Amino acid sequence: MARESRLVEPQILRRAIGDSFIKLNPRTLMRNPVMFVVGVGSVLTTILFFKDFGSSSTNENVFVGLVALFLWFTVLFANFAEAVAEGRGKAQADTLRKTRSETVARRRRPDGSVEEVPSTALDVGDECVVTAGEVIPSDGEVVEGIASVDESAITGESAPVIRESGGDRSAVTGGTRVLSDEIVVRITARAGETFLDRMIALVEGSERKKTPNEIALNILLAGLTIIFLLATVTLQPFAMFSNAEQTVVILVALLVCLIPTTIGALLSAIGIAGMDRLVRRNVLAMSGRAVEAAGDCATLLLDKTGTITFGNREADAFIPAKGVSEQEFADAAQLSSLADETPEGRSIVVFAKERYGLRERELVGAELVPFTAQTRMSGVDMDGRSVRKGAADAVRRWVEEQGGAVPPELGDTVDSIAAQGGTPLVVAEAGAAEGSPHPPRALGVVYLKDIVKPGIADRFADLRRMGIRTVMITGDNPRTAAFIAKEAGVDDYLAEATPEDKMELIKSEQRGGRLVAMTGDGTNDAPALAQADVAVAMNTGTQAAKEAGNMVDLESDPTKLIDIVEIGKQLLITRGSLTTFSIANDVAKYFAIIPAMFAGFASLSVLDRLNVMQLQTPRSAILSAVIFNALIIVMLIPLALRGVKFIPTSASHLLRRNLLIYGAGGVIAPFIGIKLIDILISALGVS
Amino acid sequence: MTAAGWAQLIALIVLIGVTAPLLGRYMANVYEGGPSRLDRVFGPIERLVYRACRIDPEREQRWNIYTLSVLAFSVVGILLLYLIQRIQSGLPFNPTDMANVAPALSLNTAVSFVTNTNWQSYAGESTLSHLTQMTGLTVQQFVSAAAGMAVMAALIRGLSRAGQRTIGNFWVDLVRTTVRILVPIAFVFAIVLVATGVIQNTHGFTQVNTVAGATQKIPGGPNASMESIKMIGTNGGDFFNVNSAHPFSNPTKFSDFLEIYAILIIPFALAFTFGRMVKDKRQGYAVFSVMFVIWLTASLLTIFLEVGGNPKLDARGVGVSQTVSASSPGGNSEGKEVRYGPTASGLWAASTTGTSNGSVNSMHDSFTPAGGMVPLVHMKLGEVSPGGVGVGLNGLLILAILSVFIAGLMVGRTPEYLGKKIQAAEVKLVAIYILVMPAIVLIFIAISTFVRSVSDVSLLNPGSHGFTELIYAFTSAGNNNGSAFAGITANTAWMNTALAVTMLVGRFFLIIPTLALAGVLVRKRRVPPSAGTFPTHTPLFVVLVIGVVLIVAALTFLPVLALGPIVEQLGI
Repeated sequence: MARESRLVEPQILRRAIGDSFIKLNPRTLMRNPVMFVVGVGSVLTTILFFKDFGSSSTNENVFVGLVALFLWFTVLFANFAEAVAEGRGKAQADTLRKTRSETVARRRRPDGSVEEVPSTALDVGDECVVTAGEVIPSDGEVVEGIASVDESAITGESAPVIRESGGDRSAVTGGTRVLSDEIVVRITARAGETFLDRMIALVEGSERKKTPNEIALNILLAGLTIIFLLATVTLQPFAMFSNAEQTVVILVALLVCLIPTTIGALLSAIGIAGMDRLVRRNVLAMSGRAVEAAGDCATLLLDKTGTITFGNREADAFIPAKGVSEQEFADAAQLSSLADETPEGRSIVVFAKERYGLRERELVGAELVPFTAQTRMSGVDMDGRSVRKGAADAVRRWVEEQGGAVPPELGDTVDSIAAQGGTPLVVAEAGAAEGSPHPPRALGVVYLKDIVKPGIADRFADLRRMGIRTVMITGDNPRTAAFIAKEAGVDDYLAEATPEDKMELIKSEQRGGRLVAMTGDGTNDAPALAQADVAVAMNTGTQAAKEAGNMVDLESDPTKLIDIVEIGKQLLITRGSLTTFSIANDVAKYFAIIPAMFAGFASLSVLDRLNVMQLQTPRSAILSAVIFNALIIVMLIPLALRGVKFIPTSASHLLRRNLLIYGAGGVIAPFIGIKLIDILISALGVS
Repeated sequence: MTAAGWAQLIALIVLIGVTAPLLGRYMANVYEGGPSRLDRVFGPIERLVYRACRIDPEREQRWNIYTLSVLAFSVVGILLLYLIQRIQSGLPFNPTDMANVAPALSLNTAVSFVTNTNWQSYAGESTLSHLTQMTGLTVQQFVSAAAGMAVMAALIRGLSRAGQRTIGNFWVDLVRTTVRILVPIAFVFAIVLVATGVIQNTHGFTQVNTVAGATQKIPGGPNASMESIKMIGTNGGDFFNVNSAHPFSNPTKFSDFLEIYAILIIPFALAFTFGRMVKDKRQGYAVFSVMFVIWLTASLLTIFLEVGGNPKLDARGVGVSQTVSASSPGGNSEGKEVRYGPTASGLWAASTTGTSNGSVNSMHDSFTPAGGMVPLVHMKLGEVSPGGVGVGLNGLLILAILSVFIAGLMVGRTPEYLGKKIQAAEVKLVAIYILVMPAIVLIFIAISTFVRSVSDVSLLNPGSHGFTELIYAFTSAGNNNGSAFAGITANTAWMNTALAVTMLVGRFFLIIPTLALAGVLVRKRRVPPSAGTFPTHTPLFVVLVIGVVLIVAALTFLPVLALGPIVEQLGI
């Protein structure tokens, strides 16, 4: 999925204009009570325009026509806002559909022979063979082999990924292409229910349901519409009682200006755009409900590895034992790690080079001793000398077996490193033969440190200001966990975490009324993902994890959880701001329309003193209010699509800021806007 | 405004400021059923009532049963009160020989007192027997107030409890409110009133010869006992037709001061009760502040507009001076008792309309158009400043929830009030609550403009002033206020019936969604507050709620006001 920096593409705009007219279908309009009322008003005024065409005075007829025209525009602009918001998703869906084009699958029969079937004929449990250059026919799990897969069609990420049987990297997605080797995939999704199908449906918005908050807001808007409908309908008897009967056009104009058309027009666009913002960050939300919940989250569970730290421990210091020089120890440490391909081992070599100027050497005649779970050590045997590197107790035992002893100071060093959250690796040596220049002894300790991602502490501080608690989840021991937790600035941590611990933590937070967000990728994360309120599964993760989550991060970046929370909040803020703005707008419209309604009646003409905007004529005043009401929708479309600027700060600060901009601004803006339109209308001499 | 006027206002504010928190704490304990030193006195009385009525005080009710209990109690109350009026001539204790009351008027009055409105289409001293006043009206003045406060207690429980189903027991709340709050306070206050000169006797009419040689019938009756609960329970229905302008009901400036205090004390104190019951006193302070700011603004506006009077009269030089002098309290004195003057009259007008009390010590009809509009608008705000006993706090809490919902999204979370998420179910009930009052008021005013008897009989003034009288009557009924603008003849078949319907809808169609809301809220879990929580105890929130209260009313009622008092004022 290519990322776009432009808000809207020209071809999306063109398509949206067409869609705005298609959406005039009454059944579509009915779903939005506010716009439906405007639609009825448009029809009514249009009928009046044609009925009186030629019979009433030209001025009056032009006035009615213009009101009708701008009421139509109001509805069209609302449709346009929704169509533009949907446009991007539709365009993306078209691209994805091309990927889904039918492929031929090579299904393996139980006897091992292979038959060719169309991918749509595949059933769950079928096994297919896919070799380099072929497209994986459907979602599944690798059951045999290992291959590099190009997933750019789904993730937009061009670098190929490794997929292999067993473990947490076994899931493959239909529509992606195998680049090398051959794998056997067991199909896990029925045709039409694959990830790609779901993704198309999601970005296109065809399954879009109103979210809980959107429903609540719609109820309020419907309630307001009813109140204003009553206020307008009853105004006619009051006006008649005061001998100032009103025309239907004026009452319709008043009604449309009063009902919350601005938010009514933009509400669904805001929701669609919010989902779209996630898609642009390569996150697929399975429901809008999850996006809303993200804004509500009070607790974020963050895996230490990959989210808070880079995931690899790196050498941070070499601490030689007594009687060993630093250079000597660095040399031994480097030697022990040259063949060690783990990130930790590599970091020791890099550290030795950067700090002690030791270049890598060729290991001639060396015998590599690989790490095993039993020895918990690795190293090399070379030139009659054995060098070992490993956990303190394992190395101690080794040294003692060789007849040496580990000095107690070394034990202290090991403990202090562990206390600081680091990982101590002890390096020792021993000569193979008696009387060797290398008696069995411990040479020193390598201080391996978890490197916290730069800038992450600031983001946690932001979250804290927003009232969100961060909990670090790690398999480390409590001491190490505490140290990293402090350095990263998380609020709490769960050390030596098992999947059950994680689950219990989520449940206890939820019992306290807090919504929990987390990321996960492994199968053992699935129950916790299912329990969490916002569960982001990594796309690289297992099928089980992806199904348990309510969002999938196609880029598999666990840090993105924080962005997701911000997008959720931004969605709600945009909705609230425009609602407030829309309601605040009404004050000015009253000041435009009420004086205009009664200016022509001698007994009520004093009401013209309410015409604080000094609008030219009654007709121009009413028309200006109607035009403003329509234009403000168009002017706010970019804001609805982009979202109100989000600042990570406390609720009271956000409230003060937004209330000032959208509340106070909402009261003032229409006074200026209506006045300007009135000046323009008068200059044009329209009415 | 004179120095004495200022002194009176400031003394009132200080007195409320000191006593409201204390009473609020006491009432919170009543509703939470906590132990009290007064249990020795009240406990046996309550147990007696429970035993007689077969009430199990330990058994709590869900919202639907609670609602049915309120409705059943009210229906029985209406029927009983209707019956007493219809047969009063045959009942004892009728020293003034009052005839049976006509059906439409009986219905109107029965509904009026059961709904805590106390709209009076009749003149008390020339329509009702002493028995009707005492056992009919006064009893309802106690229990209708208690019913409103019970509903409030249920709503607060909905907010303060979490993950439960029951919201209290209506019968227990009713009994405890009556026994522990209303009766003791009303008893003490009645005696204080008697001390200031309010009458309390069993006399009929006393015939006297006036200095001019005419004879006059001076009414008597059990007045102080009714006057007391009329104020305390924000009822407003007086023994006498001219209400608190009557020297037997409100004899001195001092009694006037005490009666204004009596109107305001419980509604204001309930804000503190609320803060205590939700275990966050700051929430109570915020609610109090909203009530107080609106009430004070309305009071000052009315006072200044009435003290200012109509300056054009001075300019015309027609011999009517609006300025303060040794012999005149100044301002617009028409329709006001000289013993109160425009300040105390304006203060009363704002207080009685902000509380859904509805008693008057001056005729609002005679206020300047703008001065009369303030009490009218004060009712249109939905009676929340501080509102009627119980129901006023309900209205304010619901408007607070509305404010939270509109503006709360702006902090990026699903809006929540006191940790309860405001979602579709809550918004639906809030929307119904907000919708009912304007709907019934606007619809009935609209229909009334077509009714012949309204323009021929009821309205005593033409044009916009007459229209204002009509607006005022239905606004008063719809908000269960009961004050009359005067200048309108309400004792017609149409007005009696239409106003009765308006009062019923304005009372029970608000109580039902309120209790339903309590029922929805009580089941919800509470979200613990954090830095991301929308703060509902700050000055900013107070300003926000005030803004929402004003905007909701303004958007609904601006057109109708424009054609009534606004056009009249601008035309001066």
